[in-house]
Parts: sequence; structure tokens; C-alpha cells
Amino acid sequence: MKINKYFLLALPFYLIFIFFFIIPLILTIIVSFWDYTEYSIIPDFIFDNYKYIFNKCFKFSNDLCVTFKTYLSTFYFCFMAWFFTLIIGFTVAYFLVFHVRSVGMQIVLFLICTIPFWTSNVIRMISWIPLLGRNGLFNSFLISTGVIDEPQEWFLYSHFSVILAFVHLYTLFMIVPIFNSLIRIDKSLIEAAYDSGANGFQILTNIIIPLCKPGIIIGSIFVITVVMGDFLTIGIMGGQQIASIGKIIQVEMSYLQLPSAAANAVILLIITLLLIWTMTKFIDIRKEL
Amino acid sequence: MIKLVSTCNIFNFYKGVDMKKMNKKITRRSMLKSTTALAGAALGSGLITGFPAIHASGTPTIRYLGTAVNMGSEPEKKLFEDTGIKVKYISKTTDEVVKTILTQPNSFDIVDSEYFSMPKLVPSGSLLGMDTNRIKEWSNVVTAFTEGKVNGKTIGDQGTAPKKVLYLKGPNSTEFSKEPTRYATLIPTVYNADTLGIRPDLIKRPINTWAELLNPEFKGKACILNIPSIGIMDAAMVVEAMGEYTYPDKGNMTKAEIDLTMKIFTEAKKAGQFRAFWSDFNESVNLMASGEVVIQSMWSPAITAVRSQGIPCIYQPLKEGYRAWAAGFALPSTAKGRQADICYEYINWFLSGWMGAYLNRQGYYSAVLSTAEKNMKAYEWDYWMNGKPAAQDILSPTGKKLASKGEIRDGGSYNDRMGAVACWNATMDENKYMVRKWNEMIAS
Repeated sequence: MKINKYFLLALPFYLIFIFFFIIPLILTIIVSFWDYTEYSIIPDFIFDNYKYIFNKCFKFSNDLCVTFKTYLSTFYFCFMAWFFTLIIGFTVAYFLVFHVRSVGMQIVLFLICTIPFWTSNVIRMISWIPLLGRNGLFNSFLISTGVIDEPQEWFLYSHFSVILAFVHLYTLFMIVPIFNSLIRIDKSLIEAAYDSGANGFQILTNIIIPLCKPGIIIGSIFVITVVMGDFLTIGIMGGQQIASIGKIIQVEMSYLQLPSAAANAVILLIITLLLIWTMTKFIDIRKEL
Repeated sequence: MIKLVSTCNIFNFYKGVDMKKMNKKITRRSMLKSTTALAGAALGSGLITGFPAIHASGTPTIRYLGTAVNMGSEPEKKLFEDTGIKVKYISKTTDEVVKTILTQPNSFDIVDSEYFSMPKLVPSGSLLGMDTNRIKEWSNVVTAFTEGKVNGKTIGDQGTAPKKVLYLKGPNSTEFSKEPTRYATLIPTVYNADTLGIRPDLIKRPINTWAELLNPEFKGKACILNIPSIGIMDAAMVVEAMGEYTYPDKGNMTKAEIDLTMKIFTEAKKAGQFRAFWSDFNESVNLMASGEVVIQSMWSPAITAVRSQGIPCIYQPLKEGYRAWAAGFALPSTAKGRQADICYEYINWFLSGWMGAYLNRQGYYSAVLSTAEKNMKAYEWDYWMNGKPAAQDILSPTGKKLASKGEIRDGGSYNDRMGAVACWNATMDENKYMVRKWNEMIAS
């Protein structure tokens, strides 16, 4: 009887997952094997959609194929966004936990970190454009101070601006779980290490970082999954000149090439899951939570 | 395309986003209303003959799906004053309109679509053949639609020219008719000739050919739109102007021709020719107004939006001619009874002149010019249609100044502009392949 009671308690959650996650996912996988025309999708079982995605991908004599190139560029953005959000996120969380003494002040500063989230992330992204543009604030400032002679083009619509926007948008996703892990570290451990003669760096690498690994991994999962599926940030900040899998899926959707988009989505899902699976190898999240 | 936007700043970017949210509300509300209207139709059906009679039961309401070109609050008010019909706008992008027709044919009563979508939509059978006998001004529809002629001269018909897809074989036919029939795919409403927009103050020399888009002189300062079906046509105009290749039909390329076109643009992209690609109307305005881009493919109201900020911007006529587009009304194939009558009455109102003048004053052209002329002042008509210098300041429908006394419209008169059309927005036979190749260019 006990099992039944718990099952009932969990039932709403099961239902939500089945209807809004499992079923759509199965449909996506089914549709990815269908055929399509300009105005309809045709039930079928063909591998053309997948074949096209990896078209010419395994002939290494030529340039890389579009799919590999796109994933490579997405991985690059993932790594850069992950690296900078981790450094900044960890530093901020460390400061909040170990350098701010009063709990009240910690809460106030933590809330300040969330203020940018009161506006839409599109607005936060777009606000960079007037700053970074050819005639933007940064360029005018640098020219007027004599640092540069002519406007720098690489500020905007470049890899730089995309990474900048990612870091700006997603650092909080790192701060929150890392903060959460850090604040649970028993301060007496640090005192003990200090008393045993460890210096600041040793405390950081031997005590703090190992103990906040779960926070780092959770934050990394957030950032990496968001960046893998992104097309808006890369689109807007990259001047739509930089490819992303999300953008390819979006274009295919708007031309009703739904099976093709579904196939791309399935591949993206598999790759993202592989990434997350690799990360969870570093730490058992369930155990740590 | 998109309605005239007089103010422009970075926040306009969100209009699209906000609109979508609004539309959801509108749709839900209008669903309720039209259900009532349908109930009324069921009661009154059989008795209805003329238009005035349909107003006997309830306020007629129509759900109007389309791009935002014809959707304004003034037309909405004027329509209600004149006919007692209420209209609920459902505004989407060109591609989304097509998607909605195919996937949710019951979500609207009337749709404003583009002719180049017809090869996709007509075979699906989701639209009703429009009975031209019920359109009062049908005989006055401009010849650009019916015969592909302007002022007696045959204009370019590469791509999906309206005359190729105007007629159907019957009311429920899924095939086009080459000969005029009683049934039309779309009742034409609005059209225009598109070209490149330039910043004359930053270019400082005359521009007269599409080839300038890939001129290395504008490296990092050029831009093209990231809507494959339209972008490919602009790309083809450029390739042809550069003398690289002459297409038998730009609007229906072979795979090899698509490869060639995309190769030239991929190389230019890799060489850093483009500052950005735009897919939202407001992006093109911002790119131009901020000086990030000095030459790019653009739509007419975007030029107006840049100019209304006091920044010089020209819709540059080019020697190879224009890329034209045209839109019109259709009903879903499920339309019948009173609701269909209301839609026909709405279309007749649309073509009766007030709306035509409203469109002409934004730089578009009305499908029935004779009635529009009666609703415009002589000096306005001279400026917009005859290519004459403005006798006094030219104002937009919302009262914003668009041109000062003495200025001439870019490209000149109707006959000069529409007469120089080289091709039309198109759906190609190899559309699937083209979209893929376009994606590859973006990824390169």
C-alpha cells in the first residue's frame, strides 16, 4: 500500500513529464523519419533527413561539412561561455560567501546579482549593440582618448560580441549553484586547514573547489545546455552571420521542413546528452545533493 | 511585408515579440466573437442575398491573418464607420502566414498572403477560389496583375509573377489556369518594387547597379536579408549584374544555378563583405540608421523609417530593375455563408479607394488605382504616382513628414518603377534544395 501512496503523490509529476516531455520527444523522433513536401509532411520511414545532415561529412579530403563546422563553432562558444562564466561566477560566489560577513549583506548583494534578470534577455542582449557598434560608445570613447585611430569592427557582429553576450546572460546560472555549494562548506574545515599550515591557494584547491564541485557541475550543465540550443544570441550578436544548430532548425521550421528540423533536433539532443553524461562522470550529482 | 513604422530605435526590435503575445490574446477573443457570428450565420442562412442584409444579425467580425502591411488602427476605425464590420488582426511574418494557413486553417476568416506562396498553398487545397464576379472593382485591377503589363508595356515576369498564379480552374481547384477564369487565387491588394537601400552621405558617389552590393569598396558595410526565398532573388540580381551568369529564370533556378549563386555569396561572406544579415524589418532600419551598413537589401517602409529619423537614405533605382512582390486576399476553403459574405464585403471596401490611398501614401501601390486616386489630393498623386516634385510637404498617413516641397520620389513615377520590374519574389521548384544551400552559406 505504501508504494501506491507514493506513486499517487508522484503521479502529477509523471503525467506532466509524459504529456509535455516524453510524448513530444517520441513524436519528434518519429517525424524525423518522415518525408515532406512544400506544404505537407508524409508518414514514411526514410533516413534521408539524417543522411542529408551528414552529407559529405565523412570525406575528409575536402573542407569540413556544414554540420561538423556548425557543431565545432557551437562547441567553441560553449567552451568560451563556460570558461568565462565559471571564472566570473566562482569569483563572485566566493566573494559573497567568504568575504561578506553579514548574512543580510550577502542577501542584498545576491539580489543585486539578479537585477539584470528583471528585464528580458533579449533586451539585455540588444543593449550591447549601441555600445559596441562602429559608431558606438566604446569606439567613440577609445578614439577620443587616442587609444585607437579608427573604429574597431570586431566589437560587434563577431565571435567576441557573441561570447560577451553569453557571459553577460548566463553568469548568474553559475553564481547560484556555486554559491549554494560554497555556503554549505563547514567553515571549521577551512580553519583546520589553515591551522595545519595550508596557504590560501592550497585551501582553495584542496578544500573549497572539491567541495563545491556539485555546484560547478550544475552550473556548467545549465550554461552548456543553454548555449548548445541557442540561436537568438548567436543570431543577434553575430549579425546572423554565424551558424548555430538552433538557427538551422528555426529556418527549417519556418519553411515547414519539419522532418528535417526534427532530425536536427534529435542529433542536437543526443550530442547535448552525451556532453551532460560526460560531466556527470566527474561527480555523482544525486549523491552530492 | 511590414507596416510603416515612423519611430525607430533599438526597442522597436521587440515589436515583433510583443505582437506575437498580443495576437494570442486577440485570437482567443476573436474566436469567441466569430463563434457568435457563425451562430448568427446559421440562423440567417438561406435568406441572405445582398450585403446590407447581413448586418441584421449581430456585429460582423472577421479574423484577419497577414503580415502587418495593411494592419493599422486607422483602417480598422474607418472600416467600422463605413461598413460596421469589426476586424481582428492576427499579424505574422510572411513565412508564418504560410505555416498558419497550412496547419491551422480554422484560425482565421480571411488571409492576406503573397502571390509567391501560391505554388505552395494552392496544391494543398487549403484556400478557396475567390469569385471575381463578387468583386465590384475587378475590372479595374491594374494590368500588372492581370496581364503582367504596366502602361501597356510587358514587365519582367521571372519568378512567381502574379499573372502566372492569379487564376484557378474552378472554385475548389488545386490547379492554376493559364487563361483568365472566374476564380482567382488571391484578390490583389498591395504590391511594390523593391531595390537596394543606400546611405548617400556615407557612399558619396552614384550607385546604379545591383553589382555594387558585392563591391569590395563596401567591405564590412554591406548587408543582405536572411529570408532565403527573398534573399536568393536579390542575390540573383547581383550575380547577373556582375556579369557572372545570366539566368533563364531567376525565380526558378536549377540546382547548378543555386550552387553558383550561393558560391559567389559564400566567397563574399568569407571575405568579410557583409556586416550582418537581417531577418527582421527593424534590424534593417537599425543597421542603416546607425551607419553599420551603407548598402543593403531593404523594403520601402524601412527607408521611410530611417528618413524619419532625419538620416539620409535612398531607395536606389538600379539599371537592372526591381524585384517586385504582391499580396492579396483569400478565404480558407472552409469559408461559407454569412462569414464569407462579410469577407467579400470587406474586400470590396478595401478596394473602394480609402484604403488604396492609405497604402499609396506609404509608398506601396494599391491594386485598384482608379479608386485610390479619387481619395488622394492632386499634389499627393503627382508625388507618389507621377514622379513629379512635391508641390508641398508630403505627409505619411499618420501625419509624419516624409518629403519636403520640391523633392521627387526615389525611382520616380509608377510607370518608371513598376515598368522596370525584372523579377518577382518566387517559390522555386528546387525550394528545398535552395533553403539548404542558404543555410550552408550562413554556416560557412
